[in-house]
Amino acid sequence: MTQSQIDPTPKPATTGATLLEVDDLHVEFRQRSGVVNAVNGVSYTLAEGETLAILGESGSGKSVSAQAIMGILDVPPAVVRGSIRFEGRDMLTMSEEDQRQIRGPGISMIFQDALSSLNPVYSVGWQIGEMFRVHQGASRKEAKAKAIELMDRVRIPAAAKRVNDYPHQFSGGMRQRVMIAMAIALDPRILIADEPTTALDVTVQAQVMDLLKDLQRETGMGLILITHDLGVVNEVADSVAVMYAGRIVERGTVDDVFTDAGHPYTEGLMNSVPQVEAKGGRLQPIVGQPPNLAAIPSGCPFHPRCARRRLGAEAAPGRDCATDLPPLRLVAPGREAACHYSEEVLGV
Amino acid sequence: MTDQQQMDLRKDEVEAGTTTGLASPSVDPLSSRQNSLWSDAWGALKRNPLFWIGSVLTALLVVVALFPQLFVRGADPRACDLANSKALPSAQHWFGYDQQGCDYMANVVYGARNSLIIGIFAVVVVLLLGVVVGAIAGYFGGFVDGIMSRIADIFYALPLILGALVLLRVGPTTDIPILNTRGPGAVALALALFGWMTAMRLVRSQVIAVKSSDYVAAARAMGASNSRILIRHILPNAVAPVLVYTTITIGVLIAAEATLTYLGVGLQRPAISWGLQIAAGQDLIRTAPHLVLFPSIVLTLTVMAFILMGDALRDALDPRQRA
Repeated sequence: MTQSQIDPTPKPATTGATLLEVDDLHVEFRQRSGVVNAVNGVSYTLAEGETLAILGESGSGKSVSAQAIMGILDVPPAVVRGSIRFEGRDMLTMSEEDQRQIRGPGISMIFQDALSSLNPVYSVGWQIGEMFRVHQGASRKEAKAKAIELMDRVRIPAAAKRVNDYPHQFSGGMRQRVMIAMAIALDPRILIADEPTTALDVTVQAQVMDLLKDLQRETGMGLILITHDLGVVNEVADSVAVMYAGRIVERGTVDDVFTDAGHPYTEGLMNSVPQVEAKGGRLQPIVGQPPNLAAIPSGCPFHPRCARRRLGAEAAPGRDCATDLPPLRLVAPGREAACHYSEEVLGV
Repeated sequence: MTDQQQMDLRKDEVEAGTTTGLASPSVDPLSSRQNSLWSDAWGALKRNPLFWIGSVLTALLVVVALFPQLFVRGADPRACDLANSKALPSAQHWFGYDQQGCDYMANVVYGARNSLIIGIFAVVVVLLLGVVVGAIAGYFGGFVDGIMSRIADIFYALPLILGALVLLRVGPTTDIPILNTRGPGAVALALALFGWMTAMRLVRSQVIAVKSSDYVAAARAMGASNSRILIRHILPNAVAPVLVYTTITIGVLIAAEATLTYLGVGLQRPAISWGLQIAAGQDLIRTAPHLVLFPSIVLTLTVMAFILMGDALRDALDPRQRA
């Protein structure tokens, strides 16, 4: 069963028009050693002003799905299937040139490591200004003036003085601000932030997240936040999609999912985070390793690591965790989970 | 000579490409002064005596090539008197006379122009071919890369001197412009045509290394076009080792020109060239050894000047070589 057959979930009512609809997105990498299935049927929508967190560990396909949306995967070896509709137009079927026009003013992205994402041979002002030169044909002087304006907007001190500095002359937090300035230069409708704070220390993380939230409030852009940091998700996101082995295994509002997980994997994630109340107790890790994407386990991909799995005679008919792939289904109002026994996990 | 040169070219490729680690110009993030890869490199170059030796020699050579009349002490290379045939060096005529009784110093000095013109013209063509073919092959990869790399392999199979030799022999019988003249242009073109592959491989490998860097993905995510990404973002980060290779190659190509001319397929009389002088002098080496000695010394110094500069540049552009 594929996820395209699942009923769409009602979205939180706080948001505006739909900006992005991702439907049954598949990404595979064809290699000599075999096919690596990085993303296996991911669907979600993003509305104006909404913050969607995509949560998952390394290799869960969260970054690859974002790169597929941006169209920055190398094709081949990557093969992308499904549909990605930006304001109703399918980006996968449009021409490369039309896609390029969307990148920047339509959808923009910030990356995890700002130092390696900035070109070492150009000043930051040149790089921010490049957005205006590429998309609006601005002159060098106009572009530089706008770059200073943007650096002010992302709260880089002494912007006019620092506009000619090179990326390596900035601190980590300031570099991420430069990256954000580039990404928001053309007021994108959607901003994808791929682990924007992972490379930063905790106080700077908070500043950068605050900045992103403020910018979102000003412009009403949709924000897709890709992260493995549960704390960041809890603070800034409206809704959350948890990914495992290239699939969304649970989806709902942050409040719901964080209060009572509907999938054993989410439950495991929550239990592996230190809690102030549980001080002195032992953390409960998720046993085992994330699956090899070239050989994803049959049935529920999480079953080899799942404490709640039911196999063979224990399982209900057609719901054997080792052989039957659980679809992403509505398990409570506004909640979806891909587990045969989600109701048990939720405790309803 | 030919095998040695091919070996040298390959060794330079390896040294320039793999030991410098220039794909990701790493800079000291703690340093607060205004700096960049190039200003750091200049700082390191300034302190390198080998760079100064190389660049002073090169500068001298360029001046000699531009204004040879300033360096010949009033002698005319074409004013010859057979009475002076094979006269040894003296206080008035430092390099002596050649077999025709021409002032030898004037001849050697006037030979610099052809050598330099051929070296520089050939290296420009090598760079053009190498950068364009290498950048396209490296950036687009796949089928395009396969075709272009195989073409380079085919040229690699032909030794530089052998290929140029055949081309220069056949050239005058055709009506291809430049090639049918046997002038400096034809020699330079023949050398470049069989010498561009190493530059192409260097550029290709650099472009492949830089292509996968995050800032290229970022530029694409910001809507930059392929040509903009390649020209503005990848090439400036990929040129450093190519620059090093190019500097060394000027020297190698000048030596190759002398080799071709010596073998009789390069420049022809009445052109003035070090290769021609060495060829003419070799039969008289017992009676007039200075006829081989002086052009050989000048040729060696010229080649050495470019190689010293290239070596210094390579050290300066490699952050790991700095103290």
